[in-house]
Amino acid sequence: MSLLSVRGLAIARGGLRVIEGLDFSLEPGQVLVLRGPNGAGKTTLLRTLAGLQPAVAGEIRCEAESSAYAGHSDGLKPALTVAENLGFWSAVFGGPAIGPALAAMNLTELVARPAHRLSAGQKRRLGLARLMVTGRPIWLLDEPTVSLDAASVALFAAVLRNHLREGGGALVATHIDLGLPEAATLDLADFRAGPGSRTERPAGFNEAFA
Amino acid sequence: MRALLLRDIRLAMRAGGGFGLGLAFFLILCTLVPFGVGPEGGTLARIAPGILWIGALLSCLLSLDRIYALDFEDGSLDLLATAPLPLEGVVAVKALAHWLTTGLPLVILAPVLGVLLHLPGPAHLWLVVSLLIGTPALSMLGAFGAAVTVGLRRGGLLLSLLVLPLYVPTLIFGAEAVLRGAAGADPATPLVFLAGITLATLAVMPFAAAAALRINLR
Repeated sequence: MSLLSVRGLAIARGGLRVIEGLDFSLEPGQVLVLRGPNGAGKTTLLRTLAGLQPAVAGEIRCEAESSAYAGHSDGLKPALTVAENLGFWSAVFGGPAIGPALAAMNLTELVARPAHRLSAGQKRRLGLARLMVTGRPIWLLDEPTVSLDAASVALFAAVLRNHLREGGGALVATHIDLGLPEAATLDLADFRAGPGSRTERPAGFNEAFA
Repeated sequence: MRALLLRDIRLAMRAGGGFGLGLAFFLILCTLVPFGVGPEGGTLARIAPGILWIGALLSCLLSLDRIYALDFEDGSLDLLATAPLPLEGVVAVKALAHWLTTGLPLVILAPVLGVLLHLPGPAHLWLVVSLLIGTPALSMLGAFGAAVTVGLRRGGLLLSLLVLPLYVPTLIFGAEAVLRGAAGADPATPLVFLAGITLATLAVMPFAAAAALRINLR
């Protein structure tokens, strides 16, 4: 049973289709790296899979509320401390302990520091620690390693590997090597919506104004 | 849900949260009116119910765009939309947090400023009652307006224009209740209408606001 399977998916950004005919599935313990040039639709795909925007065509099959999304911004409140920020998300997702997540991302020493005093890399680490308290099997990661140093990337790769070992899966849009040799690659350039397909586009107004 | 409520209240109370903004505006408005209109008691007493209600309404309006704007900017809103909470619940909780940090302090402060404006004695009770019934509608309508304009640069202007007409019924019945209280008449009728507006708003607006948010998050 795959965690996530996608058939004939077409997605649009700003009313224009960017990807068409996308088929793939994500198995437990698998990490899929999304590749593609800027504007290929990596973020749009992840947001669609997270349920933040509707697909134009095709189907996405996964269990309800099984995915955790981590976008470009970390969703941190500058006025709250590290522990308060993470504790809030933990409470929203049913209250798992935040200690292991803090330890895994090497944030334990910073628990009492307000988020506005953190460096960009530390903020990112806190944003990624949030994934661990969601308890959800599918991680949708959009450029997770931005502003992380080499040691932190390795730290995150270890967290990711642990998540995979527990039967989770991840879809990662990234330009750098995560140090996961087992990761499969999905190149979005192969599914680019071409000029030929534009004429047979079914949706009209709604899509243009979506 | 409770965690979200506590977080929003905590954020509002911390430095830069804008907790005192509405309250300060209300205070300033009600202090300045006697200077502008003149200290003559009869005139002030006649306009006091309207001034107090308009002041409360504008103070509410002042902090509306903060309901989602900050969460939208730092990405929390995306994460909340994918969290196990229903978005309707998120909207309702955020409106409640807005009311607790803006509406409720106004209700408490209003009788003090009523004295400043020569509001007749028996009307104070009805001022508090009408504000208590009416201000939740202001927060909920505002949460809807903020949901429609979230993500727009300088959306505050559009937000005010959208929300002000929706505030008019609440203002009319709220001020009328206080006027009747001041005149010694029975304020029950406007209060019932006011309660009706608030209840209808609370019942419908979370769904409308959540739908608007979903579209704006795309």
